[in-house]
Amino acid sequence: MNAYIAILIMLALAAATSIGILVATTIIGPKKKFPEKMEPFECGESQLVSPRLRFSIKFYLVALFFVIFDIEAVFLYPWAVLFKDLGLFGFVEMMIFIVVLAVGLIYVWKRGALEWE
Amino acid sequence: MIADLTETIIKILFIFSINVGFYSPILGWVERKQSALMQDRVGANRANILNFKIIGLFHPIADAVKVLTKEDFIPEGADKFFHTLAPFISLTPAIVTFAVIPFGGNYELWGHSVKLVIADLDVGMLFIFAFASLSTYGVVLGGWSSNNNWSLLGGLRASAQMLSYEVAMGLTLIGVFMVYGSLRLTDIGMIQENFFRWGIFMQPLGFILFLTCAIAENKRAPFDQPEAESELVAGYFTEYSSMKFVMFWMGEFLEIVTISGIVTTLFFGAWHLPFVTDQMLLSWFSPAGPNGAAILAMIVNVLVFFLKVSFFIWLLMTIRWTLPRFRYDQVMRLGWKMMLPLALLNIFITGIVLLVWK
Repeated sequence: MNAYIAILIMLALAAATSIGILVATTIIGPKKKFPEKMEPFECGESQLVSPRLRFSIKFYLVALFFVIFDIEAVFLYPWAVLFKDLGLFGFVEMMIFIVVLAVGLIYVWKRGALEWE
Repeated sequence: MIADLTETIIKILFIFSINVGFYSPILGWVERKQSALMQDRVGANRANILNFKIIGLFHPIADAVKVLTKEDFIPEGADKFFHTLAPFISLTPAIVTFAVIPFGGNYELWGHSVKLVIADLDVGMLFIFAFASLSTYGVVLGGWSSNNNWSLLGGLRASAQMLSYEVAMGLTLIGVFMVYGSLRLTDIGMIQENFFRWGIFMQPLGFILFLTCAIAENKRAPFDQPEAESELVAGYFTEYSSMKFVMFWMGEFLEIVTISGIVTTLFFGAWHLPFVTDQMLLSWFSPAGPNGAAILAMIVNVLVFFLKVSFFIWLLMTIRWTLPRFRYDQVMRLGWKMMLPLALLNIFITGIVLLVWK
């Protein structure tokens, strides 16, 4: 039996559970609406600024670094599984790859992109 | 075909009832009781049925009833669709992730080979990473769609933190795969039949790094910046109420169970007792006949696995209530400047040792 069918069954069960909970919580429970209550919570005050504002560039930088270094990690997986067959040659090759990316990390580090004040 | 399908469905229902039906409600109680014990309080003990309290074990039931009868609240200006989608994305992958973790070995029952894992994928760990990272979307969507400043800040913090630690978490386990030469979790469990080949002896540094990254990925204290109560009210789920709020918590508890399952499988001998091989178990139970022996061995292995999982859940709970929260710049510094270089170093050391050892 294909293992992915089992995962599909599991996924269907999980999705059904989540949707069931969402439907149940929408149907059961009181619904009393008045304007003061519908305001987003800001410690009792009316909202001063809208949250739909620009936010710090730092978060974009982290997302970019994530893409670069996660691709590195993905390349390492097949190599790790075959490590014993590849032997010394594969090890040296992959270390060169890692060193190239480590230089990138050091560059990012020295430019201060990882600092949070 | 029919036998296989029945077997799969039985295994799915078993894991589903253990995780969703047992662990996720009981962990809410465990967390409250554990924090009470550690802070010298009494803890949850009020819920009772006919004055029977059983150390507050009725609280999960009382909570479920209470939460279901609460109003489902969506604030003004919030994106209704994404506001509802966020808890769905947080909970669904958390349930599915456990599918590739083996909770027992292989058994011959009436000529039918039973393998105690729902889906024996050859890319097992990659599947776990793929599904575990989906929960980032739930957090970010929940934070963004609520039209609330606290939620947005929590969501932003969560996204940056989870992305940072995901990189390190992927790299910490490379050493394990180098040692065992497989991504298939049943293979890794099988090799650990030998006590001296348990992951903790092969990869001590990898274990510590993985556990740290996993707690950060799980967003629990000391890494609970995304939901820091004293700063952000409740972070990304400030605007959630009723069962939607609980779905975030269920997702978090199921992630704890999954992390404990991964730690058990990769580092602590999966379903094996130390120094006891599967063959020894079968021979001890041989008076019960071949099928009886297989069933008894199966029960022992499943119990051992879930006891180990429960131990690591307790460990994670203890860590959560022991350590104070890190500042956000400390969290990010630890992720990029400690975890990532140390994970790369771990790969290097593992490679050298494996090459010399051979």
